[in-house]
Parts: sequence; structure tokens; C-alpha cells
Amino acid sequence: MKKTLLSAAIGAAVLGISSAASAATLDDVKAKGFVQCGVNTGLAGFAQPDASGAWKGFDVDYCRAVAAAVFGDATKVKYTPTTAQSRFTALQSGEVDILARNTTWTISRDTALGFNFRYVNYYDGQGFMVPKSLNVKSALELSGAAVCVQSGTTTELNLADYFKTNNLQYNPVVFEKLEEVNAAYQAGRCDVYTTDQSGLYATRLALSNPDDHVILPEIISKEPLAPAVRQGDDKWLDVVTWAGYALVQAEEFGITSANVDEMKNSTNPDIKRFLGTEADTKIGTDLGLKNDWAYNIVKNVGNYGEVFERNIGQGSPLKIARGLNALWSKGGLQYAPPVR
Amino acid sequence: MTDKAVTAPPPKRGTTSLIYDPKARSIFFQVLTVVILVVVVMWIAHNVSSNLARSNTASGYGFLGGRSGFDVGQSLIAYSSDSTYGRAILVGLLNTLLIAATGIITATVVGFIIGIGRLSKNWLVAKLCTVYVEIFRNIPPLLVIFFWYSGVLAILPQPRDAIQGPLSTFLSNRGLTFPYPIWGEGASVIPIAFVIAVIGAIGFAVWQKKRQMATGKQLPTGWISAGIIIGLPLIAFLAVGAPLTFDYPVEGRFNLSGGGNIRPEFVALYLALSLYTAAFIAEIIRAGIKGVGKGQTEAAAALGLQPNKTTQLVVVPQAFRIIIPPLTSQYLNLTKNSSLGVAIGFPELFSTGSTTLNQTGQAIEMISIMLTIYLTISILTSLFMNWFNAKMALVER
Ligand SMILES: N[C@@H](CCC(=O)N[C@@H](CS)C(=O)NCC(=O)O)C(=O)O
Repeated sequence: MKKTLLSAAIGAAVLGISSAASAATLDDVKAKGFVQCGVNTGLAGFAQPDASGAWKGFDVDYCRAVAAAVFGDATKVKYTPTTAQSRFTALQSGEVDILARNTTWTISRDTALGFNFRYVNYYDGQGFMVPKSLNVKSALELSGAAVCVQSGTTTELNLADYFKTNNLQYNPVVFEKLEEVNAAYQAGRCDVYTTDQSGLYATRLALSNPDDHVILPEIISKEPLAPAVRQGDDKWLDVVTWAGYALVQAEEFGITSANVDEMKNSTNPDIKRFLGTEADTKIGTDLGLKNDWAYNIVKNVGNYGEVFERNIGQGSPLKIARGLNALWSKGGLQYAPPVR
Repeated sequence: MTDKAVTAPPPKRGTTSLIYDPKARSIFFQVLTVVILVVVVMWIAHNVSSNLARSNTASGYGFLGGRSGFDVGQSLIAYSSDSTYGRAILVGLLNTLLIAATGIITATVVGFIIGIGRLSKNWLVAKLCTVYVEIFRNIPPLLVIFFWYSGVLAILPQPRDAIQGPLSTFLSNRGLTFPYPIWGEGASVIPIAFVIAVIGAIGFAVWQKKRQMATGKQLPTGWISAGIIIGLPLIAFLAVGAPLTFDYPVEGRFNLSGGGNIRPEFVALYLALSLYTAAFIAEIIRAGIKGVGKGQTEAAAALGLQPNKTTQLVVVPQAFRIIIPPLTSQYLNLTKNSSLGVAIGFPELFSTGSTTLNQTGQAIEMISIMLTIYLTISILTSLFMNWFNAKMALVER
């Protein structure tokens, strides 16, 4: 009797494991009916729950775009707030299906950490913020300052490199959580706050007196922020990649959430292929989705320009300019490969 | 009932009787426990290995030799972003040990005072000590840490308006800055003199004890030992020409530069853990002293021992036997609670370990390293306390 119990228990354990170890994220997502998305714990404009508890933001819209592509319904997302430290374990362990959380694409994250990045949704760079009262004009004047920084970020590594190459001394004040970094800066525990420029704008807004703080002109690093998925699941990587490209492509075509239904009647073959109205198209089904996947993204979420302006651009308190994130055709870097 | 069981005819060896047989039952449940344990361990091991294979991450401990690339705010040894991950972990470990050692000493001293205070015949003292214990025992340690960090230390002024104390010390929200001693040539004889003095003091104490046994005469051992331990290094210091200068803190553009600095993160964690743990230690001390029978004190009085001699020679040695085992768990708790320092940015083991984990992605390896280190610290502490306990028990006989 004990023998059967033992083998049954081991059998159950092994079975449980094999299903947990499945690498077909798209099938898992379809089966469970929602996308589990790792986002920031709360960064204005990028990912933050609003007054009613609904998540809003630039990164959040990337999760919604994937849900729209898979289910035709952008609300089929569950969010997991992750800190700089916890985000990678959350993705590696399979707790989340995508990590859309202002995460810089670096080679070690691509290789040693076992992730895949395929496109940059926001081109950023690291900067510094100081209280106006300190009268600092350039980062090169910062020798001897105490610098607040969050651990587990590229920020903390760039900071060390920048001060080292410029032969400046500094005193690192390192916290694990964003609120603690913010509180310490606000309390004057450090003189300087450093993170991605986008993060600086968001953080400055959250300070009690935003106008008392300036962002220094130096940008000390390249921070291509990109959604990440686990390595070894190409189908899922394709879905996440093309959901992102669809946003950019829609902007290039001039398709918006407002005119997408009209555009369905377009005779332009590129747009017909994109929106899945071409006869006998297989583009969507080859992705493992329905042929109206891109239509659903634009209808539910909008195009890249809409997503940008609404969350972090002119339609938001952050008022970040498109800059590098303009379309390639307008002097920026946002570029989508052809849908054909 | 027992009678009945004894007089009743022996039960038949059937299945029903086996179920009711305490011996068979106990064997069954023990086997069951072992089986469940084995299954769980196998399941975890399998899960870990299959997850590792699936996550496409590199494994092994080779990453420890790589360049860390991050800076650490407080370090007892030389460390920069060019140092290795292994060294970053060592920096964290030393900071953990620093907090544990200073915290344990302070918690023990404060705990003793409060514990004895609670037994005081002075109403106010006893009540104050009770209030202390009740407050600290009932607040989560993390909250106590935040209380010190955000509630007390963060309110200190900016370094430009630092409070100046005596001897060129400055107190600001960047911590306590003080003149840092710089030892000159020949200073190395001072620690040597100190070691010789300690050995000498121990030798003296042993000799005086023998003498007291033989002649009954007493010498003020405490004073003489203190004299040797302080005096000899002092003489050595003067003999080599007082090779000591100070690096004084000066006001820089942002901070006080130069001098030594004790950071507020350390102070907050140290105070919080010491005062929190002291509340538990106070209770242990009180229980220990109360646990010594009243008859012992009365017997000592009957023998003509003075009250303070009674405490010193009769009550405390016996109380120790009760106190030491639970005291050990408090020491272990304090050491483990030091990992809460990560919440206020104190770079202890868990903090530098987590950063390493994050930058390298070596989750299993880093967790195993941290587990092993905490386990080792705890086991060493336990071993030491057990040894101390055994020694105490022997002395008490
Ligand atoms: N892009 C950088 C930094 C990203 C990052 O974590 N930024 C911080 C500061 S803006 C943040 O979002 N923290 C939020 C949190 O940890 O909850 C990286 O990928 O390492």
C-alpha cells in the first residue's frame, strides 16, 4: 500500500512539473485566458494603478496590445508589480509571461539571464536630478556628492562607471525600493538622484515641490527600454515582437483607434495586409493568432503615437517630447519591419 | 483505566487491533513522515533542476570572480566597483557580522539592565522597564527600524547646517562625522602591548584566585586588571613617541569631507535591533532570576552573605543556567533580523547578495550561498553558546 502511495505521489509530482516546465507560452496564455504581465510597481506614465485600481501607462499599453492581439480584448491582462530586483526572477520563474517594465536591453540580460528582447519601445538614457538650491550646472561638478540610486539596475552600474572615468568621488546611497529612494532624496539624505531620464521626469512630478529640482543636461548612458520574454520560446517572442511593431506600423500608416474601422475599407494593399482584410491572408494565423490581430491592437490600444502622447507625451503631465522616439520617417528611431 | 488495560485479555492480532496498537501506529506515522519528506525533497530537487534547464541561464559559481561593477556605501575592507562579486558578498557578510556583534553586545547590556529593573523594588523603575518591554516586544522590528531611520535620523539637519559636537564631531542627516585617527610609524607595538596586557591580566586573575583559595585574602582584581590592560598600551604609545594624528572633517561643497563617518543606515539598524532584542532579553533575564528558588537567597542570608554577594555568588550563577539557552535564540534572531537592513539601504549580506543575484541572474547559486552563510553564522553562534552553557553548568555544579 505504501509503495503505491509513494509511486502515486512521485508520479503526481513529476506530472505537475512537466506541465509547469512547458515552453509554449502562447498556448498557456490562451488556455488560461489572460496575459500575466510584469510591470513597474508605480512609475508615473509607465505603469501605475489609477484611482480605480486599473493599471495605466506606456508599458501597460504594451501588455494590453499583446492581450488585444491574442484575445481581441485588451483587458485580458493580469499585472504583477515588480521592483528592479524582483523583475528578473519573476520572468525566469515563469511567474509572468512578459516583462514590460522600463527594462534596459543589455547583452548580459539577453544571454546570462536567459531573456530575449527584440525591439526597443522607448529609447532612453541615464541622467541626474539635483535640488536647484545646490546651484549645480553640470554633472562634472558633482564630486563629493551623495547619490541616491536603486539597486539591481543598470543605473547603479553606469553611475559607478561615470564617476570612475571622470575621476570624481561620490557616496552611493543605495536602496532596493523606489519609494525608499524617493523618500531619501526628498529628505535630503542625498544630493543627487539618478535614473533613466524618463524616470527622472516621472519622479520629479511625484516630489512635493517639482519646480525646486533640475535635471542636469548630461546623459551618461544608452538605455534602450524593451519588453522581455524568456529564451527558448520563439513563437511567443514573435507574438510579443509583432504586437509592438504593429503599434509603430499603425502610426506610420496613419491608422488610429479612431479611424481603424474606416481603414478596414482601404484599398491600399499594405494596409489590407496589416489589418487582415486581404483575401486568404495567413499572416495572423502564422503568428498563431487570428488575422485581425493588428486591427484589434489598434482598435483597443491605439498606435505608437497615441500610446506615447496619452501616457508620457503632451497629453500627460510628463510632457516628454518624442525625440529619439519619433518615427524613423520623422528623424527618430522607431521603425517597424514590413508586415508581409 | 490503566488498571483495565492491564487486566484486560491481550487483544487479538487482527487488522483492527493493529490500528489501535500505539506501537504500530507510531511506526506507521513515522514511516509516513519519512516518505512524505523524501517525496517533497525529490520534488523540490527535480523542480529546481528542470527549472534551471528551462530558464537557459548559466550555472555554477564561476561568476563570483567577475567584476561587480557596482559600488557599496559602507565597507570594512577595501572595495570598489572593480572588485569581484565574491568580494561584494564578503563586504556584505562583514557588515552583517558588524551589526550582529555590536547589536548583541548592546542588546545584552540593555536587556540586563531592563530585566533587573523590572524586578526592582522601586515602583517607577519597575513600571518604566515594564513599559519598555511591552512596547518593543509588540512592534515588528521592521517598524522599529523605520522609526529610527525615517522618524528620528532623517530629521537631522543637512550637512551644511550640521550640529557641531565636541572634538570636531558633526551630526547631520549624513550621519556622525568625526576626526579619524591616523597612526604613524611604530604604532604597531600598541596592539602587541594590548595583547600582552590581556594575557597578563588573565594570568594575574588566575594567580589571585589561587591565592584567595589558599589564604582567604582578596585583592581588587578588577581594578588591577583594568590598570594593566589600559596602562601597558598607553606606556607603549608614549614610548614610541605618540605617533597619532587626526584627519579632521572639513566642509565640502555637498558633504563634510575627510574624517570618519558612521552612516545613519547603520545607526538606525543598530539601534533598532539592539533595543528590540533587548526587550526579549530583559524577559529572559527576569525569568532566569525569578527561576532561582527563594530558598537559595534565604539560605545565603542565613550563612551571612551580604545581599549583593548573594546576587553575585548565588543567584546569578544559577540564573545563567536558565538564561543561556533562550538567550542563544535571541542572538540568532538578532543576526537573522539584520537582513531587514536591506529596507533602509544598509549594505549587509542580503543586500549585496541580492544585487549580485540581480546583476548576474544566478538565483539558485546566490540563494544557496546566502543560506549557507546564515546557517554557518547561526551554527557557530549556537556552538559557542552551548560551550558557554556547559561551562556555566559545570561551575555551578
Ligand atoms: N532601465 C534601468 C532602470 C530601470 C528601473 O528599475 N528604474 C527604477 C527607477 S525609475 C524603477 O523603475 N523602479 C521602480 C521599482 O523598482 O519599483 C534598468 O533596466 O536597469
